Amino acid sequence: MKIAARHLDKITIFDISGDIDLATSPELRKALLRELRELKMPRVVLNLLAVRYIDSSGVASLVEGLKASRDVGSRLVLFGLNKTVREVLQLSKLVRIFEIYENEEQSVAP
Amino acid sequence: MSRGSLLLKMELRSNPEMLCVVRNALSELTAKLGFAEPDCRAVVLAVDEALTNIIRHAYLGDAERPIEATFRRIQLSRDGKSGTALEIVLEDRGVTANPKKMCGRALEDVRPGGLGLHFIRECMDTVEFSRRRGRNLLRLVKILGTKAPQKDS
Repeated sequence: MKIAARHLDKITIFDISGDIDLATSPELRKALLRELRELKMPRVVLNLLAVRYIDSSGVASLVEGLKASRDVGSRLVLFGLNKTVREVLQLSKLVRIFEIYENEEQSVAP
Repeated sequence: MSRGSLLLKMELRSNPEMLCVVRNALSELTAKLGFAEPDCRAVVLAVDEALTNIIRHAYLGDAERPIEATFRRIQLSRDGKSGTALEIVLEDRGVTANPKKMCGRALEDVRPGGLGLHFIRECMDTVEFSRRRGRNLLRLVKILGTKAPQKDS
Protein backbone atom coordinates (compact mmCIF):
# COMPACT_ATOMS: atom_id res chain seq x y z
CA MET A 1 0.00 0.00 0.00
CA LYS A 2 1.13 3.55 -0.72
CA ILE A 3 -0.33 6.75 0.67
CA ALA A 4 0.33 10.20 -0.80
CA ALA A 5 -1.17 13.34 0.72
CA ARG A 6 -2.39 16.40 -1.16
CA HIS A 7 -3.86 19.56 0.28
CA LEU A 8 -6.63 21.57 -1.24
CA ASP A 9 -7.50 24.60 0.87
CA LYS A 10 -8.59 23.05 4.19
CA ILE A 11 -9.03 19.57 2.78
CA THR A 12 -6.49 16.76 2.93
CA ILE A 13 -6.75 14.21 0.15
CA PHE A 14 -5.02 10.87 0.61
CA ASP A 15 -4.35 9.02 -2.63
CA ILE A 16 -4.11 5.38 -1.57
CA SER A 17 -3.00 2.50 -3.75
CA GLY A 18 -2.46 -1.23 -3.31
CA ASP A 19 -3.85 -3.52 -0.61
CA ILE A 20 -5.07 -2.46 2.83
CA ASP A 21 -4.60 -5.45 5.11
CA LEU A 22 -3.06 -6.46 8.44
CA ALA A 23 0.40 -5.51 7.18
CA THR A 24 -0.51 -2.07 5.88
CA SER A 25 -3.57 -0.83 7.80
CA PRO A 26 -1.49 0.54 10.75
CA GLU A 27 0.08 3.05 8.34
CA LEU A 28 -3.35 4.17 7.12
CA ARG A 29 -4.62 4.44 10.70
CA LYS A 30 -1.62 6.54 11.72
CA ALA A 31 -2.02 8.90 8.74
CA LEU A 32 -5.75 9.33 9.37
CA LEU A 33 -5.44 9.97 13.09
CA ARG A 34 -2.59 12.46 12.58
CA GLU A 35 -4.62 14.46 10.10
CA LEU A 36 -7.80 14.37 12.16
CA ARG A 37 -6.69 14.43 15.79
CA GLU A 38 -3.42 16.35 15.61
CA LEU A 39 -3.84 18.66 12.60
CA LYS A 40 -7.63 18.88 13.02
CA MET A 41 -8.26 19.14 9.30
CA PRO A 42 -11.93 20.00 8.67
CA ARG A 43 -12.19 17.39 5.92
CA VAL A 44 -10.12 14.32 5.06
CA VAL A 45 -10.82 12.64 1.74
CA LEU A 46 -9.66 9.13 0.90
CA ASN A 47 -9.15 8.44 -2.80
CA LEU A 48 -9.58 4.66 -3.02
CA LEU A 49 -9.53 4.39 -6.83
CA ALA A 50 -6.26 2.44 -6.83
CA VAL A 51 -7.03 0.26 -3.80
CA ARG A 52 -7.24 -3.36 -4.97
CA TYR A 53 -8.22 -4.98 -1.68
CA ILE A 54 -9.30 -4.17 1.85
CA ASP A 55 -9.84 -6.55 4.77
CA SER A 56 -11.37 -6.20 8.22
CA SER A 57 -8.26 -4.54 9.66
CA GLY A 58 -8.52 -1.93 6.92
CA VAL A 59 -12.20 -1.42 7.64
CA ALA A 60 -11.32 -1.08 11.34
CA SER A 61 -8.85 1.70 10.47
CA LEU A 62 -11.55 3.51 8.49
CA VAL A 63 -13.97 3.16 11.42
CA GLU A 64 -11.35 4.52 13.77
CA GLY A 65 -10.80 7.45 11.41
CA LEU A 66 -14.55 8.04 11.23
CA LYS A 67 -14.81 8.07 15.03
CA ALA A 68 -11.90 10.50 15.26
CA SER A 69 -13.56 12.78 12.68
CA ARG A 70 -16.77 12.79 14.70
CA ASP A 71 -14.83 13.53 17.90
CA VAL A 72 -13.17 16.61 16.42
CA GLY A 73 -16.15 17.73 14.33
CA SER A 74 -14.60 17.14 10.91
CA ARG A 75 -15.58 14.95 7.94
CA LEU A 76 -14.06 11.75 6.64
CA VAL A 77 -15.05 11.22 3.01
CA LEU A 78 -14.39 8.25 0.71
CA PHE A 79 -14.53 8.03 -3.07
CA GLY A 80 -13.49 5.72 -5.88
CA LEU A 81 -14.51 2.42 -4.29
CA ASN A 82 -14.07 -0.49 -6.66
CA LYS A 83 -16.20 -3.63 -6.58
CA THR A 84 -13.96 -5.46 -4.11
CA VAL A 85 -13.77 -2.59 -1.62
CA ARG A 86 -17.49 -1.85 -1.88
CA GLU A 87 -18.34 -5.53 -1.33
CA VAL A 88 -16.27 -5.68 1.85
CA LEU A 89 -17.84 -2.50 3.23
CA GLN A 90 -21.30 -3.82 2.36
CA LEU A 91 -20.50 -7.15 4.00
CA SER A 92 -19.49 -5.30 7.17
CA LYS A 93 -22.89 -3.52 7.11
CA LEU A 94 -20.92 -0.33 7.74
CA VAL A 95 -21.28 1.11 4.27
CA ARG A 96 -24.10 3.39 5.39
CA ILE A 97 -22.12 5.06 8.15
CA PHE A 98 -19.49 6.40 5.74
CA GLU A 99 -19.82 9.46 3.52
CA ILE A 100 -19.12 7.97 0.09
CA TYR A 101 -18.99 9.72 -3.29
CA GLU A 102 -18.30 8.62 -6.82
CA ASN A 103 -15.48 11.05 -7.59
CA GLU A 104 -13.11 13.66 -6.21
CA GLU A 105 -15.13 16.60 -7.47
CA GLN A 106 -18.11 15.55 -5.35
CA SER A 107 -15.86 14.73 -2.39
CA VAL A 108 -14.31 18.21 -2.18
CA ALA A 109 -17.46 20.16 -3.05
CA PRO A 110 -18.42 22.80 -0.46
CA MET B 1 -12.19 -35.19 7.77
CA SER B 2 -12.47 -35.66 4.02
CA ARG B 3 -9.32 -36.23 1.97
CA GLY B 4 -10.27 -35.24 -1.54
CA SER B 5 -7.76 -34.35 -4.19
CA LEU B 6 -4.86 -32.18 -3.07
CA LEU B 7 -4.62 -28.98 -5.09
CA LEU B 8 -2.12 -26.90 -3.17
CA LYS B 9 -0.24 -26.96 0.12
CA MET B 10 1.50 -23.92 1.57
CA GLU B 11 3.77 -23.65 4.57
CA LEU B 12 4.29 -20.08 5.63
CA ARG B 13 5.41 -17.95 8.55
CA SER B 14 2.91 -15.88 10.50
CA ASN B 15 4.18 -12.71 8.84
CA PRO B 16 1.50 -10.22 7.74
CA GLU B 17 3.66 -9.43 4.69
CA MET B 18 2.83 -12.93 3.39
CA LEU B 19 -0.91 -12.34 3.29
CA CYS B 20 -0.80 -10.76 -0.16
CA VAL B 21 1.15 -13.75 -1.48
CA VAL B 22 -1.54 -16.15 -0.26
CA ARG B 23 -4.31 -13.93 -1.63
CA ASN B 24 -2.72 -13.84 -5.08
CA ALA B 25 -2.24 -17.63 -5.17
CA LEU B 26 -5.77 -18.28 -3.95
CA SER B 27 -7.25 -15.85 -6.41
CA GLU B 28 -5.65 -17.85 -9.24
CA LEU B 29 -6.64 -21.20 -7.72
CA THR B 30 -10.31 -20.33 -7.26
CA ALA B 31 -10.51 -18.94 -10.80
CA LYS B 32 -8.92 -22.13 -12.18
CA LEU B 33 -11.47 -24.21 -10.27
CA GLY B 34 -14.28 -22.35 -12.00
CA PHE B 35 -15.67 -20.27 -9.15
CA ALA B 36 -17.60 -17.18 -10.22
CA GLU B 37 -15.75 -13.91 -9.61
CA PRO B 38 -17.75 -12.91 -6.49
CA ASP B 39 -17.09 -16.37 -5.01
CA CYS B 40 -13.37 -16.07 -5.80
CA ARG B 41 -13.30 -12.78 -3.90
CA ALA B 42 -15.30 -14.32 -1.04
CA VAL B 43 -12.88 -17.24 -0.62
CA VAL B 44 -9.86 -14.93 -0.79
CA LEU B 45 -11.38 -12.65 1.87
CA ALA B 46 -12.29 -15.55 4.17
CA VAL B 47 -8.82 -17.11 4.04
CA ASP B 48 -7.13 -13.72 4.48
CA GLU B 49 -9.28 -13.05 7.55
CA ALA B 50 -8.61 -16.51 8.96
CA LEU B 51 -4.85 -16.06 8.56
CA THR B 52 -5.11 -12.60 10.12
CA ASN B 53 -6.87 -14.14 13.12
CA ILE B 54 -4.13 -16.78 13.46
CA ILE B 55 -1.40 -14.13 13.35
CA ARG B 56 -3.16 -11.81 15.81
CA HIS B 57 -4.85 -14.20 18.22
CA ALA B 58 -3.13 -17.60 18.02
CA TYR B 59 0.41 -16.25 17.64
CA LEU B 60 -0.16 -12.88 19.32
CA GLY B 61 1.63 -11.03 16.53
CA ASP B 62 4.78 -13.19 16.45
CA ALA B 63 5.77 -13.13 12.77
CA GLU B 64 7.95 -16.27 12.79
CA ARG B 65 5.52 -19.05 13.70
CA PRO B 66 4.40 -21.77 11.26
CA ILE B 67 1.08 -21.92 9.46
CA GLU B 68 0.05 -24.69 7.07
CA ALA B 69 -2.63 -24.16 4.49
CA THR B 70 -4.00 -27.12 2.53
CA PHE B 71 -6.39 -26.78 -0.38
CA ARG B 72 -8.31 -29.78 -1.69
CA ARG B 73 -11.04 -30.42 -4.21
CA ILE B 74 -13.73 -32.54 -2.53
CA GLN B 75 -17.06 -34.05 -3.47
CA LEU B 76 -19.99 -33.17 -1.24
CA SER B 77 -23.50 -34.51 -1.02
CA ARG B 78 -26.19 -32.13 0.10
CA ASP B 79 -29.96 -32.30 -0.29
CA GLY B 80 -29.65 -35.44 -2.41
CA LYS B 81 -27.30 -33.73 -4.86
CA SER B 82 -23.57 -34.12 -5.12
CA GLY B 83 -21.19 -31.38 -6.11
CA THR B 84 -17.65 -30.17 -6.10
CA ALA B 85 -16.27 -27.96 -3.38
CA LEU B 86 -13.02 -26.39 -2.29
CA GLU B 87 -11.89 -27.47 1.17
CA ILE B 88 -9.30 -25.34 2.94
CA VAL B 89 -7.63 -26.41 6.18
CA LEU B 90 -5.48 -23.93 8.10
CA GLU B 91 -3.28 -25.28 10.90
CA ASP B 92 -1.34 -23.38 13.54
CA ARG B 93 0.45 -24.25 16.77
CA GLY B 94 -0.61 -21.17 18.67
CA VAL B 95 -2.80 -20.38 21.65
CA THR B 96 -5.87 -22.61 21.84
CA ALA B 97 -8.77 -21.12 19.97
CA ASN B 98 -11.90 -20.89 22.10
CA PRO B 99 -14.95 -21.42 19.86
CA LYS B 100 -17.22 -20.00 22.57
CA LYS B 101 -15.40 -16.69 22.30
CA MET B 102 -15.51 -16.79 18.52
CA CYS B 103 -18.82 -15.10 18.12
CA GLY B 104 -17.64 -11.93 16.40
CA ARG B 105 -19.70 -8.93 17.40
CA ALA B 106 -23.03 -7.34 16.72
CA LEU B 107 -22.74 -5.50 13.42
CA GLU B 108 -24.81 -2.60 14.63
CA ASP B 109 -22.06 -1.96 17.17
CA VAL B 110 -19.97 0.54 15.18
CA ARG B 111 -16.43 0.12 16.36
CA PRO B 112 -13.12 -1.08 14.99
CA GLY B 113 -12.40 -4.81 15.16
CA GLY B 114 -14.41 -8.01 15.47
CA LEU B 115 -15.39 -8.21 11.81
CA GLY B 116 -13.06 -10.96 10.65
CA LEU B 117 -15.08 -13.93 11.86
CA HIS B 118 -18.27 -12.39 10.52
CA PHE B 119 -16.64 -12.10 7.09
CA ILE B 120 -15.46 -15.72 7.21
CA ARG B 121 -18.91 -17.03 8.10
CA GLU B 122 -20.61 -14.91 5.46
CA CYS B 123 -18.20 -15.98 2.74
CA MET B 124 -17.93 -19.74 3.33
CA ASP B 125 -20.45 -22.60 3.38
CA THR B 126 -18.75 -24.45 6.23
CA VAL B 127 -16.60 -23.08 9.06
CA GLU B 128 -15.33 -25.59 11.64
CA PHE B 129 -12.79 -25.13 14.41
CA SER B 130 -11.03 -28.00 16.18
CA ARG B 131 -7.94 -28.67 18.24
CA ARG B 132 -5.80 -31.73 17.51
CA ARG B 133 -2.39 -32.78 18.79
CA GLY B 134 -1.55 -29.29 20.01
CA ARG B 135 -2.70 -27.61 16.81
CA ASN B 136 -5.63 -25.39 15.96
CA LEU B 137 -7.41 -26.51 12.81
CA LEU B 138 -9.79 -24.35 10.87
CA ARG B 139 -11.71 -26.09 8.09
CA LEU B 140 -13.42 -23.95 5.50
CA VAL B 141 -15.53 -25.23 2.62
CA LYS B 142 -16.88 -23.35 -0.37
CA ILE B 143 -19.21 -25.20 -2.71
CA LEU B 144 -18.84 -24.46 -6.41
CA GLY B 145 -21.87 -22.64 -7.67
CA THR B 146 -23.30 -21.41 -4.36
CA LYS B 147 -24.57 -17.90 -4.05
CA ALA B 148 -22.18 -15.08 -3.23
CA PRO B 149 -22.49 -13.69 0.31
CA GLN B 150 -25.59 -11.62 1.02
CA LYS B 151 -24.65 -7.99 1.19
CA ASP B 152 -26.33 -4.98 2.60
CA SER B 153 -27.40 -2.65 -0.20
